[in-house]
Amino acid sequence: MTRPESPVLQAVDLQKHFKLRGSRSRGVVHAVDDVDLELHRGRVLALVGESGSGKSTIARLLAQLMPATGGRILLHGEDATARGRTAFRRYVGRVQMIFQDPFGSLNPVHTVRYTLTRSIRIHRGRRRGAVLEEALDELLDRVQLTPSARYIDKFPHELSGGQRQRVAIARALAADPEVLLADEPISMLDVSIRLGILNLLQDLRDRLQLAILYITHDIASARYFADRTMVMYAGRIVESGDSESVTQDPKHPYTQLLVRSAPDPDDLEARAHGARGEAPSLVNPPSGCRFNPRCPFATELCRIEVPPLIPVGEGREAACWGYSDRPDRPELGSAVEAFARKGERE
Amino acid sequence: MTITSPFGQPFGDPLGLPLGQPDVRTPALTPVSDPVLEIRNLSVDYGYDGDPVHVLRQVSLTLERGEVLGLAGESGCGKSTLAYAATRLLPPPGLITGGEVLFTDRDGTTTDILRLNDAQLRASRWQDLAIVFQGAMNSLNPVFRVGRQIADGIRAHRPEVSQKEALERSAELLELVGISPDRLRSYPHQLSGGMRQRVMIAMALALDPQVLIMDEPTTALDVVMQRQIVEQIADLRDRLGFSVIFITHDVSLLIEIADRIAIMYAGEIVEDAAARDVYQRPRHPYSSALLHSFPPLRGPRRELTGIPGSPPDLSKLGGGCPFRDRCAFAFDACSKVNPELVFPDVPGDDPRRSVACLRHDPAAVRAVGEQPLPVPPELSAR
Repeated sequence: MTRPESPVLQAVDLQKHFKLRGSRSRGVVHAVDDVDLELHRGRVLALVGESGSGKSTIARLLAQLMPATGGRILLHGEDATARGRTAFRRYVGRVQMIFQDPFGSLNPVHTVRYTLTRSIRIHRGRRRGAVLEEALDELLDRVQLTPSARYIDKFPHELSGGQRQRVAIARALAADPEVLLADEPISMLDVSIRLGILNLLQDLRDRLQLAILYITHDIASARYFADRTMVMYAGRIVESGDSESVTQDPKHPYTQLLVRSAPDPDDLEARAHGARGEAPSLVNPPSGCRFNPRCPFATELCRIEVPPLIPVGEGREAACWGYSDRPDRPELGSAVEAFARKGERE
Repeated sequence: MTITSPFGQPFGDPLGLPLGQPDVRTPALTPVSDPVLEIRNLSVDYGYDGDPVHVLRQVSLTLERGEVLGLAGESGCGKSTLAYAATRLLPPPGLITGGEVLFTDRDGTTTDILRLNDAQLRASRWQDLAIVFQGAMNSLNPVFRVGRQIADGIRAHRPEVSQKEALERSAELLELVGISPDRLRSYPHQLSGGMRQRVMIAMALALDPQVLIMDEPTTALDVVMQRQIVEQIADLRDRLGFSVIFITHDVSLLIEIADRIAIMYAGEIVEDAAARDVYQRPRHPYSSALLHSFPPLRGPRRELTGIPGSPPDLSKLGGGCPFRDRCAFAFDACSKVNPELVFPDVPGDDPRRSVACLRHDPAAVRAVGEQPLPVPPELSAR
């Protein structure tokens, strides 16, 4: 057992660059740069960002499905970079992943029983007979597919999207993991059943004390489900803090734009208007702060130097020079208003 | 980049393209009905064999001129099928088995799209009624420059227009959706997802259609881009005066941009009301539950449940209300009779709204010999 404060899984200075295709080009895609994150027992960390911001890459790096270009992954404080098959297998026994697409992640030619039995045998050793049946029952029960007899012999195509995602979660739980990496687990599901899956994950977090990384582009669901939220933009973390304060009082101009862009019928007046521009190319990311070409407050400093994560309140950090004490820092205001003014001028 | 380029002057005239009626904003609440598209009792089956699946059952829907009508529902509820059937773009094995789709032109002539012959249909498409497809970003041809693709659409309908003029018009269209005209010579892969989506919108607007059908136009985009596009659509609608059918599963987005919302479930419309009414005063249990399936970004954090169960298999629907298995307010009559759209049984409601729920329809309940139950307070909020 570890102290509750120490993280189960930790990434330090994580970096991933993808080589561009073509032998002559030396360009790389800066998918993830300088990411630090910590996952704690019984806590959910949400990673929010738009498509292409590198959030899924982080999940794949943490699951060690591909090697990182730089940085370290620590499991209970020890370097966990798996070299070789046995080490990798030991690692996946503790860190499991669920994928976005429950239609693609379950093999269509195998029944639920086969899928789960494989996982149990790989992670817990050879089980058979009554012991195996009991384990299968318990797994399906944990993901609320009861009575288990109704689901155990079904093929994936006989199940609905939500049921399939539950099977995928059950498969991950068969390893008795400490960490669950959930890469957009609800975005492919029907809107009416998304909450069911989130509530299930919440229940697993509480009962099994799992550390969960929840990757999403929907900041409202991060607020609902996660204890802490980290916002990514173009491969870097731009803001982190407890979910409630990040969504209610966003500090980084990008987070402000993101929060104010989400549809919210209660608050039509405060929606962002006139925002322009798109995420930059990650092959030649802008120097300095990667949000600077779109940021209404950007100054020379933002264009030259990369801002570090600066403390902006209790347990909160934002990577924006506006919160530093440098004399040449930019003057911040409400990004939403600034965008609206900019939009009017154009 | 001049996004707010005044539409009036540079547009249309050299080609003799009609300009639409600027500033025809017909809010949903105007009492005079001026429908531009009327769908009546439209039914669609999938499968030609003896046992087809009834994907749309007797759907009726009216789109007023200048209105943004939102069509919401989960995947598989038939919302895209409705759009494709109404434009006769339904791919096999889809088959329209009945109904009418009446299109009323600006001069008042009415035609039934389902009864046009091929030549008439080809002439009417894109000109009267244009579609922005789901995943439109990928419906551009990768081997042609976007300018040529827009120009092709114009020239197909107006052969008298020269290629040069058509390209000029394409440049204007790109400017209209906020893309710099020098992008005409770009290939689709050189544009970002949001820009490709806007090219598709520009293309749909090329012939100044009166009805624009948008099938999940922003689903593949992230929220910031989604907001830009939605703003642009609203702005163009105000300036050009076309009507929009906006299809999405994101009800919160619809409430912002639509004048009126129709909610579909299992191939039927279950509620049809002004956007504000749907949000503040939902009358159908499904609409109400759907609204509670989205965690709020603001306000108190509360435990949400979603909707129990999953959408029904349309091939196994018996009689009765298709939502009854998941409904918190179902009672005996729900398994006996499939509710029809009626005026909600709540005094003081907007007379133009309708709901398909037996709680609101005591007459239908009595007709099958059951005891009607009152409307629960959750479905009669003022």
